Amino acid sequence: MIEPDQLLDVKREEGTFRVARRCYVDPDLYRAEEESIFSKCWLYLAHESELTKSNCFLTRKIAGRPLLLTRDASGNLRAFLNVCPHRGAQVCRHRSGSAKSFTCLYHGWTFSNDGRVLSITEPATYSRTFVDSDRNNLQQVPRLATYRGFIFVNYDHSACSLSDYLAGAREQIDLVVDQAELGMELVAGVQEYSVRANWKLLSENSVDILHGPILHATYVDLIARNSHRTMTLDHDRAGACRDLGNGHVVVEREAFQGRPIAKWIPIWGEQAKKEIADVYERLVKRHGAQRAHHMAHFSRNLLIFPNLAINDIMAITVRTWQPTAVDAMDVTAWSLAPLEERETPALTRRLSNFNEFFGPGGFASPDDAEALESCQRAFQAWREAPWNDLSKGFFNGDPHPNGELAQRAFWLKWHDSIARGFA
Amino acid sequence: MIPLESWTRTEAENFLFEEAALLDEWKLDEWRALFLPECRYLVPAMTVDPYSDPNSTLFLIADDGHHLNERISRLKSKAAFAEQPRSRTLRVISNVTLKGREEAALQLRCTFITYRTTMESVDTFWGYHHHLLTATSDGARISEKRSVLTMCTLRPQGKLTIIL
Repeated sequence: MIEPDQLLDVKREEGTFRVARRCYVDPDLYRAEEESIFSKCWLYLAHESELTKSNCFLTRKIAGRPLLLTRDASGNLRAFLNVCPHRGAQVCRHRSGSAKSFTCLYHGWTFSNDGRVLSITEPATYSRTFVDSDRNNLQQVPRLATYRGFIFVNYDHSACSLSDYLAGAREQIDLVVDQAELGMELVAGVQEYSVRANWKLLSENSVDILHGPILHATYVDLIARNSHRTMTLDHDRAGACRDLGNGHVVVEREAFQGRPIAKWIPIWGEQAKKEIADVYERLVKRHGAQRAHHMAHFSRNLLIFPNLAINDIMAITVRTWQPTAVDAMDVTAWSLAPLEERETPALTRRLSNFNEFFGPGGFASPDDAEALESCQRAFQAWREAPWNDLSKGFFNGDPHPNGELAQRAFWLKWHDSIARGFA
Repeated sequence: MIPLESWTRTEAENFLFEEAALLDEWKLDEWRALFLPECRYLVPAMTVDPYSDPNSTLFLIADDGHHLNERISRLKSKAAFAEQPRSRTLRVISNVTLKGREEAALQLRCTFITYRTTMESVDTFWGYHHHLLTATSDGARISEKRSVLTMCTLRPQGKLTIIL
């Protein structure tokens, strides 16, 4: 029997905050999370730029549920459980494409991309009541909502609005999306990989800054060389970690490396310097000097509880991770870019920046994966060595980016969700 | 030394087998020397056409010569933790064909299966290599290697920290 109070050990007077390693390995807690977190929270599904034309669709698994997302003939976004109302096969078995209707492979029931059943097989062999029933339509997801192009789903009918759920994270999403003049889109080419570790390790890691100079020493070296030694990590950078409410957190700090908007590095050359200065000038015109400085010269790691990161650093990655087992997750990472960068050297620089750090072939992310997998392996010592420590900066509530305030905020929300489930 | 314009499958295989052996033995500097200083090493994302433009499409790896040098530097250091201790690899090269010949240049295609193991995992990567070779006074050199993974995803492989 799991006691939620045995999972966190918090002693504010002593300044200690510990998390039971059991939380990362216990199959009963994994199942509890399926109900208390993944069936209750707003979960990132897709970006509007993935479905720009009417009648396009994509399929995706979110918290284990197979979903079909369409933009119907009238241009409305719709999300369905990808399960045939008849005998339960997947209605659409393709990753993405364009279709006005879908026909189930098994017995041929056909559905419009707005979910209405178009035909069932041999309708004369069913009652009139049956044939006229709404139950033959595709089942929509309980809740679907979008914020600034990011589409979320919630499996809980009675959940609060997406806007309320996002709380202080809305402002951070705005700081990212507003960098673009014509809007943001996901660049073609998706990185789909996995990590052999519990999903919560990546939630923690996505907003962890302390490990930068240590785990990513080879990346720091690369930047030093690319910038002819003008960009190094050896000075204290301004910044802060902020609890945004509902388990969301952001860690902002002065960027030390080149940023597409708008921080030039020597290897980009003089032409790029002019282009980037232009972009920055336009940013100042649109948003004022202070906001432009905030947007362009600060990196931000934004975690939307439970499993979405929008990390705006040397490029912008949108990353989600789906738990597949207590010790495994499927990760998907995209690059977000302004529409106005299409077909320009700016996009090439952005993608080059992205690949220097992020993704399975980058100079940093694979070492993150290695660290998380190392934790997961070592967590098998949980009986004899039960506690992870997240006390850094706890005794005085220090919001320094190198502290563990972000991870503590995540765990407090996690604990609250699990405890409610046990209530 | 047989000039590039006279290469048959035998010379192509010899070259590719030698490349694979250097990589299996982690002889990264010698492997780099098979490439021109200005070159490309590309691993497209599996969700797009493998001949998409790396300038405007997100790849898994899109190294120019400079980044390839940096990649090797990183792998030689002790701080590339995903390869410390180093994984053991085995590269199988097969189905070698000569796809195109131009003035002082040759296009090769082969299938590859690359096994990577650590104490903790066993992973397999497979697909096609497309090599573009150029004739130089020191022999054939690679100007572009495009490794097209034909799995659907990097699940469960996860990492791409070896040279394919």
